[in-house]
Amino acid sequence: MSSPTATAPNYELIQQDGLETSLLEVSMGPHHPSTHGVFRMDVKLDGETVVDLQPVFGYLHRNHEKLAENMSYLASMPFTDRLDYFNSMTNNWAYALAAEKLVEIEVPERAEYLRVIMAELTRLVNHISLVGFFINDLGALGTPLLYAFREREKIMDLFEQASGARMMCNYFRFGGLRNDVPEGWLDRTREVVDRFPDFLDEYEKLLCENEIILSRTQGVGCLSRDLAISAGITGPMLRASGVNYDIRKVDQYGIYNRFKFRVPYTDDDVGDCYDRFMIRMLEMRESIEILKQALRDIPGGDIIGKAPKIFKPKPAEAYARVEGPKGELGFYLIADGTPKPYRYRVRPPSLINLTVLRDMCLSQKIADAVVILGSIDIVLGEVDR
Amino acid sequence: MSHTVGHEPILGKFPGLEWDEEAGALVVPAAQAAKIATWLRDNDAFLLDYCSNVTGVDYLEREIKEKVTNEAGKTETVIRIEPSRMDIVYHLYSMQKQTGPLVLKQRTNREQPEVESLTPVWRSCELQEREVYDLFGVNFMGHPDQRRILMWDEFEGHPMRKDYTEPFDYEWEPTPHDEVLERHQRGKVIV
Amino acid sequence: MTTSNTSPDIDLDNTTRTELERAGVIVSKVDYLYNWARGGSVWPLTFGLACCAIEMIASATSRFDISRFGSEVFRPTPRQADLMIVSGTVTKKMAPQVVRIFNQMPEPKWVIAMGACAISGGPFKQGYNVLKGIDRYIPVDVYLPGCPPRPEAVLQSLNYLQEKIRTQDIKSDPAFTKGRRQYTVPEFTGKDLEPPYNPDVWQPPTNPNVKPLEEATA
Repeated sequence: MSSPTATAPNYELIQQDGLETSLLEVSMGPHHPSTHGVFRMDVKLDGETVVDLQPVFGYLHRNHEKLAENMSYLASMPFTDRLDYFNSMTNNWAYALAAEKLVEIEVPERAEYLRVIMAELTRLVNHISLVGFFINDLGALGTPLLYAFREREKIMDLFEQASGARMMCNYFRFGGLRNDVPEGWLDRTREVVDRFPDFLDEYEKLLCENEIILSRTQGVGCLSRDLAISAGITGPMLRASGVNYDIRKVDQYGIYNRFKFRVPYTDDDVGDCYDRFMIRMLEMRESIEILKQALRDIPGGDIIGKAPKIFKPKPAEAYARVEGPKGELGFYLIADGTPKPYRYRVRPPSLINLTVLRDMCLSQKIADAVVILGSIDIVLGEVDR
Repeated sequence: MSHTVGHEPILGKFPGLEWDEEAGALVVPAAQAAKIATWLRDNDAFLLDYCSNVTGVDYLEREIKEKVTNEAGKTETVIRIEPSRMDIVYHLYSMQKQTGPLVLKQRTNREQPEVESLTPVWRSCELQEREVYDLFGVNFMGHPDQRRILMWDEFEGHPMRKDYTEPFDYEWEPTPHDEVLERHQRGKVIV
Repeated sequence: MTTSNTSPDIDLDNTTRTELERAGVIVSKVDYLYNWARGGSVWPLTFGLACCAIEMIASATSRFDISRFGSEVFRPTPRQADLMIVSGTVTKKMAPQVVRIFNQMPEPKWVIAMGACAISGGPFKQGYNVLKGIDRYIPVDVYLPGCPPRPEAVLQSLNYLQEKIRTQDIKSDPAFTKGRRQYTVPEFTGKDLEPPYNPDVWQPPTNPNVKPLEEATA
């Protein structure tokens, strides 16, 4: 097996009857409504066909790693919220896992269950928002996004009741959670979770067999299995390319080994935009299964373990990763015996999933480049950190 | 749980390969990284086909106090000076065997850091090595497209290095202390 | 009969006013009419920078519904927009683009600095690539604190902006008299942006004890 790399096709312009033609260079972004933030693509076009594409990053590089190296371990927790601002809970979890590897802290049972509940609710939020934005990129301006955000608000309310904030929850602590959920929260969550499949039914009926969506996404932005593995693609995008790899199953962090759930993945080698869209729709169903089991089994008890008052790990290195809604989110910490991390590194799934953007977009139409970018599911806070 | 990859079988295969116990990482000798990486990826016993995380670590020259037992049997504190260095860390997993991680480190100096690029082995290194080049100033030999990625092209210096000084920004803290004071004293002056 | 159609600040006694209105005449200032129309149809720019953009989108969705205040028409191009909501961290790499987009907007134009980052750099203030407030380069009308602000707060900031618009005087407002306001677009240099701030809109805090290193050592 060799590593597939992107090579620019030897492109020759079609010259017609003495008319001079040239490639058109378009800079899409950093202010562009469909780049999901401040991302730029320098595209070279022949007519409407993409001949070359260079992603340009850094417009939201806010020095998360440098800041974290200058503050105590726990002080970085609210900053992790702002990495991938759709999924603050899973970001928190990844960081807490890495810190718990440095200092062995036992997490109480109830906290483990609540962590799973929060993470899976986050996955629902991310996937419905993503599907809304994705359909938005396809040209259905507004309406599907409004449906998605209607459901998102219900889960936002749950987050707010539990943590006090809608988006930036800052809810996890080393060894557990910051506070217990308020009274009646679990019942309200059960209600939301029970009703969620109705929304999914409605959404699937509207979208999954829609002719425009089929023709705009099928066969667009194909990603082969070998390239996906070599390029370090993770999350739903990897599984859409036919690799059965879910860190919830592989690492079984937290208490994921107690739940029965399936990992949706395709069995062919195509991996187009439609596959990536469908994998996310299917994953939401599995998240609901996990949520139902967790809400059924959750015990009472403490929500934070015995963590040292001053978090000061011995010199060591730790790398912890979780299956975030966008892919493998990892935290790499190097402790040097002081209360501050010597090196703090975030392994951003959004950035690494963009490695193959150029490969997928070459010789597609410019309108499809927007669709392909939408199907990757990036958040610029995480791409640039 | 996924199983970690044992490092013992690898050590014998390549002379010069070291195991750093404290970091739990294989330290690759100079100019052999690509060879070893390709072997790790293709060997049936490992099949480390997925390179997850690539990053740099900047170590300044520092003093380390160690307690050493001398010949007379007494413990005494010895001050040892550890030279500065730059580490490039790779976290490797196997998707086929569902094992990992194996940590690979390339070591180089701080002044003219230069290591072999592993992008030809794993595509996932492409953007991450560009990031290390940008923020740490490490030169990756054989990288297909080594440019700045996060900062603008005209930018000078490498901000993730430990001795980077920020430009003066007209902001001030009324009562600077600790870190803030130190940074003020480095980049600007509080009279 | 209500007198809501008539500008309240015109000196007219009530009988005359009522009589005129019965005859189908409304006495009003042009200012009042213009500001009423402008305040009721502020078109924001679809311009998301970071986390706050999500809350900005949420304020436009069905639950919060910004269209109750006449601002649901989000325009993707600056040339059709009146309001720029700077929603999120402005990095140094992004700052020239933000100024350029502001320059492209036609008058009258307003700016809301949404979130702590756009106001001052917020939690990322100490970062080497973070601009410490967008007001260093463009004038800001409403500062909306929060990290991120709730959608309700976005609506409130819009209300404040409408209040501000109501007080505008077309004859003397520099926004209308000086043509399209354009500001210097900063350029990238080796260390920082050049210029580091626009002296027309922002002045550094005057603390004689703080100086750049070169000045202090010279």
